[in-house]
Amino acid sequence: MNAFRHHVLPVLTIVLGIVIAWYVGSVALNSAWQLGVYERADNTEWTITDLWTDTLNQNRPVLPSPHQVAVEFWNTGIAPLGDLPERGMRAISPRTLIYHAWVTLSATLLGFAIGTATGILLAVAIIHSKAMDKSVMPWVIASQTVPILAIAPMIIVVLASIGLKGLIPKALISTYLSFFPVVVGMVKGFRAPEAIQLDLMRTYNASSAQTFWKLRWPSAVPYLFTSMKVAVAISLVGAIVGELPTGAIAGLGARLLAGSYYGQTVQIWSALFMAAILAATLVGLIGVAERRVTKRMGVSA
Amino acid sequence: MAVEGENDDKKQEQAAPSQEKAAPSVVSAKNLSLTFETNDGPVQALSEVNLEIGKGEFVSFIGPSGCGKTTFLRVIADLETATGGEIKVNGTTPREARRNRSYGYVFQAPALYPWRTIAKNVALPLEVMGFSQSEKRERIRRTLELVNLTGFENKYPWQLSGGMQQRVSIARALSFDADLLLMDEPFGALDEIVRDHLNSQLLELWAKTNKTIAFVTHSIPEAVYLSTKIVVMSPRPGRVTDVITSTLPKERPLEVRESPEFLEIAHRVREGLKAGHSYEE
Repeated sequence: MNAFRHHVLPVLTIVLGIVIAWYVGSVALNSAWQLGVYERADNTEWTITDLWTDTLNQNRPVLPSPHQVAVEFWNTGIAPLGDLPERGMRAISPRTLIYHAWVTLSATLLGFAIGTATGILLAVAIIHSKAMDKSVMPWVIASQTVPILAIAPMIIVVLASIGLKGLIPKALISTYLSFFPVVVGMVKGFRAPEAIQLDLMRTYNASSAQTFWKLRWPSAVPYLFTSMKVAVAISLVGAIVGELPTGAIAGLGARLLAGSYYGQTVQIWSALFMAAILAATLVGLIGVAERRVTKRMGVSA
Repeated sequence: MAVEGENDDKKQEQAAPSQEKAAPSVVSAKNLSLTFETNDGPVQALSEVNLEIGKGEFVSFIGPSGCGKTTFLRVIADLETATGGEIKVNGTTPREARRNRSYGYVFQAPALYPWRTIAKNVALPLEVMGFSQSEKRERIRRTLELVNLTGFENKYPWQLSGGMQQRVSIARALSFDADLLLMDEPFGALDEIVRDHLNSQLLELWAKTNKTIAFVTHSIPEAVYLSTKIVVMSPRPGRVTDVITSTLPKERPLEVRESPEFLEIAHRVREGLKAGHSYEE
């Protein structure tokens, strides 16, 4: 009962508040068009109830109502999974949201993996070499000041010219974004040991590899998880941005672009929800991994 | 540096003139000085320090903060490098001594690695030095027993009190059996009661293991109670003002602190400290 009052109830209250505000916004933004429809049809008999139901169920609303998005999300994002046993992979056709979500997710995960590995390796190099620290760090920071929207099409074009298409270029755009928080976090993490802990290793005449694995790496683990949470979320953004210049073939980015071409706002919103849910799930999974690892490292609960 | 070998014999003769006549010198400093370059200009941390520490001695360094007692210990451990004079540890340079893993160092704070259990913390130097599994197990058992912590192997540092944590760090310094133990105010952060207890445990341990101990402290009773030799230091520049050889017997129950002999030595230490403090007036 207490858990309900302290955890479930506040969350439900906020969600309810958002849904209500959304409905109000939906009516407010869509009714102007609906009134125009009535006027053109010389319909003067409409009641307020008619206006409500009609504005909330337009084909191309300015702001789709929550239930429209929910229905679209269910039909294209969840329901096809139910057909899997019957129809096999044909159930996940390019007409479904789940298909595009999978395309984006695979690029996200690949880009995130490469980005995290690159970030860790760069951080190792930076803490072990003053020259690397001085020369690489400015470039790492400069890389993130370039808008990804500007650089993404160039990466796609350049890689396409050397024959790389599809998953890899998108993953590399994810990498471009996601290595950054990992470098910054891990440099900080590898430098986290106190002077006294480092002195201790020195009194044992430990090699720098021993100091790294027995001291620096375990000290950096909390930083690793924090930066991985940021990295996985922007990996997803990177993958979506990478899908925009590919001519809207596949992926959530393509789905968003197609939706905006054809005014399919319901489709856009359900794709946005899918992206948000994917990001939240990925961050949540890293959180679970973090709790497991820190528990094994004996951190007090 | 080239003269190291030649001087060895001579040094061993002059070593430890007081306590154990023939004991070879474990640490031998001659005109040792160290100047730190800081933003406010050079700071002389050690000036003209001459000192011999014989094998099996328990030497305390006492003095106000800034007198260079910790710095001297760090020079022995090759954590700092002297800028003048000469120092030998086990007849070699401090660097050589560190490479030979010839000392165990106990810091002011326990400096345990929080992600390691107590047993794993004690095993840390053993892992670094490549001891075998069975040897590791045996040494963990033995050193934890030595500091009365048997049964805590699988606890994490945060589950132990401050005094117990510091005992773990002593066990860790003992685990690889270096003959020289360097202790930098190991009990400074502990309350008086725990401190008394650990002091008598440390004496027992010293008697059992026959190690040479260099011990930094700022407590007069602690220095007098523990040591065979007390080095009184004073700051600005850090220098040795008095070296007192203890006349107390090796066997020292806590009550020895009320004996006239004890009070006499304590008095002399206090006088030495006062003399060094004159700069404050």
